[in-house]
Amino acid sequence: MPASRSYFVVIIGCGRMGSYLANRLSREGHSLVVVDIDSATFEALSAEFSGFQVEGDATEFAVLKQAKVDKADLVIAATEEDNVNLMVAQIAKKIFNVPRVMARVFDPKRAEVYRDFGIQGICPTVMAGEALLDLFTHLPTNAGGDQR
Amino acid sequence: MHILIVAGEKLGYFLARTFVSKGHKVTIINRNRQQCSRLARRLKATIVYGDGSDVQIMQEAGAGSADAVLAATVNDQDNLIICQLASFRFNVPRTLALVNDPDNEEIFRQLDITTALSTTRLIAGLIEQKTSFDEIINLFPIGAGKLNVTEVALTETSPVVGRTLRDIALPENSLIASIMRGGEPIVPRGPTTLLAGDRLILVTLPENYGPVLRELTGEK
Repeated sequence: MPASRSYFVVIIGCGRMGSYLANRLSREGHSLVVVDIDSATFEALSAEFSGFQVEGDATEFAVLKQAKVDKADLVIAATEEDNVNLMVAQIAKKIFNVPRVMARVFDPKRAEVYRDFGIQGICPTVMAGEALLDLFTHLPTNAGGDQR
Repeated sequence: MHILIVAGEKLGYFLARTFVSKGHKVTIINRNRQQCSRLARRLKATIVYGDGSDVQIMQEAGAGSADAVLAATVNDQDNLIICQLASFRFNVPRTLALVNDPDNEEIFRQLDITTALSTTRLIAGLIEQKTSFDEIINLFPIGAGKLNVTEVALTETSPVVGRTLRDIALPENSLIASIMRGGEPIVPRGPTTLLAGDRLILVTLPENYGPVLRELTGEK
């Protein structure tokens, strides 16, 4: 995403994925707020990170308001818990009318149910699985040849 | 009625016991194996071990035939997802979620949960009612706050004491529904005279709430 336009992005969960996205988007010139229940996770933010940090439980409505989710162009829910991510994503989309909302959902079945209801779930399980299968189907065949 | 409960041991046990004694069919989902075996020994209910917000587990627990789902775990987010999966995926007609954060009562209703009850708000409200000497107690909102039910105690200084209801000009869209006098309820009529010590049960629209209270208490 080139920073031709600067977006206001709220990231929920500052774990490995949340901090990676936060560092990267901040470096690209976007405005960031990162929310995590554990302030120790903010240590994963790089020196270049110029956004704000909010320590709090994202399932508490007041915390989402404090993080200014109502002003966000994009909300990424990337905590370790599927249910937290789905709850936050729905509040962002349906209560705060955030134009773009993404939720990480590990359980493929749960992700599928919510896809039908307009919540875009990124399912790392399926993505990693598909990537591995893709590698597998493109393995060079042995000299003997009959691997399929 | 088939009721599916997702809850920890104590709450799950007492809820299930209550519903079973009333003749309902109860299934409990609990994610602790030890708790499950204790629940199974003590209850005439089906106990399913697993994550209550897992589609597969809900299926095994018979969510497809449940008349109501009650999500009563300690986490608001889990209770939301349990109720939504029950409703979206299994077409359960009624869903009830317990929430900690009082704000989540309204939010959950907007996210398609039939009923969301904040235990925090209920307990705080009860404590306030039982310990308060306030003249005005907000009993409960109806229809997501479109109607207020309020209890107002009349003191000697109230301008309406000694007057009959028909002489008091209350603003429109307000009603004195009942009067508690000496612990006994009275359904008031036009000739009823208001006395100091009466506790009025008031029904008002939010916009009339202030004017009605000023009329009754004389406070600005």
